[in-house]
Amino acid sequence: MKKKVLWMLLTLFALMVLVVAGCSSNDEANSEGDSDNQDTTDSAEEGSGGSDTFVFGRGADSEQLDPSKVTDGESIYVTNQIYDTLVRYEQEGTEVKPALASEWKTSEDGLKWTFQLRDDVKFHDGTDFTAEDVVFNFERWTEGAEYVYYGYMFGASEEDPGGIIEKVEATGDYEVTFTLSEPNAPFLNTLAMPPFGIASPDAIKEHGEDYFKNPVGTGPFVFEEWKQDDSITLSKNEDYFGDAAKVDTVIFRVIPDNGARFMELQAGSIDAMNGMNPQDIQQAEDDDALQIIRRPSMNVSYMAMNTDKEGPLKDKKVRQAINLAIDKEKLLSLFEGIGKPAKNPMPPSLWGYNDDIEDYGYDVEKAKSLLAEAGYGDGMSLTLYTMSNPRPYLPQPKFAAQAIQEMLKEVNVVVEIVENEWDSHLSATENGDHDMAFLGWTGDNGDPDNFLYVLLDKDNAKKGSAGNIAFYKNDELHDILKKAQTELDQDKRTSLYKEAQEIIHEDAPWFPIAHTTPPLAVKKEVKNYIPHPTGSEPFNYLELN
Amino acid sequence: MLNYIIRRLVSLVPVVIGVSILSFSLMHLVPGDPARSILGEKATETQLEMLREELNLNDPLVVQYGNFMGKIATGDLGESIKSKESVASEIGGRLPATIELTLFAMTVAVVVGVLAGVIAAVKQYSWFDNLSMSGALFGVSMPIFWLGLMMIWLFSVELNWLPPSGRLSNDIELTTITNLYLVDSILTLNGEAFVDALRHLLMPGIALATIPMAIIARMTRSSMLEVMKQDYIRTANAKGLAGRLVVFQHALKNASLPVLTVIGLQFGFLLGGAVLTETIFSWPGVGRYVVDAILSRDYPVVQSTILIIAVIFVLVNLITDILYTLFDPRIKLD
Repeated sequence: MKKKVLWMLLTLFALMVLVVAGCSSNDEANSEGDSDNQDTTDSAEEGSGGSDTFVFGRGADSEQLDPSKVTDGESIYVTNQIYDTLVRYEQEGTEVKPALASEWKTSEDGLKWTFQLRDDVKFHDGTDFTAEDVVFNFERWTEGAEYVYYGYMFGASEEDPGGIIEKVEATGDYEVTFTLSEPNAPFLNTLAMPPFGIASPDAIKEHGEDYFKNPVGTGPFVFEEWKQDDSITLSKNEDYFGDAAKVDTVIFRVIPDNGARFMELQAGSIDAMNGMNPQDIQQAEDDDALQIIRRPSMNVSYMAMNTDKEGPLKDKKVRQAINLAIDKEKLLSLFEGIGKPAKNPMPPSLWGYNDDIEDYGYDVEKAKSLLAEAGYGDGMSLTLYTMSNPRPYLPQPKFAAQAIQEMLKEVNVVVEIVENEWDSHLSATENGDHDMAFLGWTGDNGDPDNFLYVLLDKDNAKKGSAGNIAFYKNDELHDILKKAQTELDQDKRTSLYKEAQEIIHEDAPWFPIAHTTPPLAVKKEVKNYIPHPTGSEPFNYLELN
Repeated sequence: MLNYIIRRLVSLVPVVIGVSILSFSLMHLVPGDPARSILGEKATETQLEMLREELNLNDPLVVQYGNFMGKIATGDLGESIKSKESVASEIGGRLPATIELTLFAMTVAVVVGVLAGVIAAVKQYSWFDNLSMSGALFGVSMPIFWLGLMMIWLFSVELNWLPPSGRLSNDIELTTITNLYLVDSILTLNGEAFVDALRHLLMPGIALATIPMAIIARMTRSSMLEVMKQDYIRTANAKGLAGRLVVFQHALKNASLPVLTVIGLQFGFLLGGAVLTETIFSWPGVGRYVVDAILSRDYPVVQSTILIIAVIFVLVNLITDILYTLFDPRIKLD
């Protein structure tokens, strides 16, 4: 009897192993021919494996290592090491400098851009980099909706897959010419964005669907291994055409819990981290072995007021009154030391920022009289839509909503808070369900157009896909922003954008909240870690002592 | 008995269907858009719509469910919406990590829990009884994330005894066969990897073990106390059998049925409940994977993973039922 039972148990156990193995064996079949995470030899990492290895700890894994298809910062962080763009941002700001392209010129009318490419660049797979490769990449990005940033930055759609780029031609072995359908002043800045990193056509053809696990670029680091949810390992590109990396290996490690990640930094098993718990910042500052480095802000958080919906918020005076009735300083205490008050829709780190504008300030009496003038002295009720999860530009959305609710009570405005999970919040606000709503923006290419036009122009106030969730439509502003898009003279653009900010300030479609400077904790022995405002930086400059 | 097992395995089919309907409808009831979560906040409505079309998200729910179950019936778990990889291969890489952690934790929980429970029962009201039972109370009520963080702080940051996270150090090479690192290192006779993998397992394993350990200890104690009062135990003692023999041969065997039930349930619970432990100790297992999938509305991943966990849960319970007959021959399963 006992034997029989044992026998059965053994069979059942075998069955369970089968369930598990069923998964694993499929896996082998799938990863055949890949050199990725399911290799037969497996080695996990832990610790700064030697002085020439830089280990970066972060909260989540990359989604794909094909930058043209992703929007998550964790993917871009890694691909920024592997790929180069035609031009790159300078180390500390968003001015561009040569990279794969050594020089460039624009035609008089701003429609033709000609780039001279370097002739000494090789992809990590050994193939030469030429103008044809640039053409190949740009054509690939027009092939479908999954190339998110291409579609979004160049206005591509199903009907018009190329967007404003009419043609990309190799006009020589190392010369490439872009023909645009309209002049686009931010074009160069946009080309520097990591999603437009040039990939090896050979590798794309070889790996097909699996290319995102086998990235091949020209950048300072070469992809080695990806163990999902665990780590990504890169090694130094010995033949890099630019500043060669000073460390041999870079490892990105996933440590989901903020507190645990900080302890790993203290224990020395990682060299740097992002995503700190606010209460750990002081501790890191007090630690002799650690330094806190703040990333310059390229974002803004705001409360948009829906100017399109029938009701009090159509009236400029009401919107101004709300700006006056909220105590921004108090609200910023919720940012735990990482926020600076915002008075404009774009951050001060960008050129074109209008510092002459004076913020509305906190003045309850003035707010009350404005409301009375507008005929709402007896009060009104408004909804405030908020996301339930923290965002990089708004760490505690719910508390911020409650604080505003309390402050607006003073001026007889009753606020009903509607809290939604992130996806639902986005679709609700894009549809204009809200009276007021929290949202924020992180800049893409370091151009003011990427804030003012995207977030406040009438072109982007379309229900269902609005970047402008105040649904604010001002023709005068529209003309200025359009003109600035096609004007190639930087000084003229600067004054146009300053003017635009004045109009926005006067019309008050937003209550601008803050610009945040997210902290990174880095070991002191790491030198030259300069965080870039765009959110990720190439690691070839940093050194380990 | 064979009939019984076959019957139970057949009954898996309605369980699978039930679980699939439940997970499918729950996932689709929760607001959220997979297309949005893939393309991000900056995607245009046209892009979103194209992707929804591509992923068949515009089909009626019944059709979507039918497609999903049709694939399951042929053994195809589908593709992750997000990574475009087959769910089977994604789970295959992570399930062994979770199983290794769970098995280790259960071993710790059973060995320590049963021993403590037995000793506490035999020496009722002794200092050991009081100490271990207050320890058990502490264990049940301890939030795992707090315990985990404290362990990392003490053993990794302060004492530097154990690695804070991960499954293996980066300088250790290990040929993987089952993806259970302890087993693989034994199979390939790799002592260095075994020690390293064990060092990585210790903290998350013990953290995960605390709650089941406490429950098992309390259950063993009360069950043993009851059995120890029975006549046959008095007889065994009276006829001069050695104390240890009475406790372990006569009493424990009869006291073990309720304990076994608890162990079976806890095992299934741990498989799905290791999320917090996996998060704190950066353990690349299936719990974290499902949570991420839920957050990004990756329907195929969530549904398939829940199905697999449900099947394993049922199998574990079946094994528990069969084990009953080992401990108590009077139980007939047919």
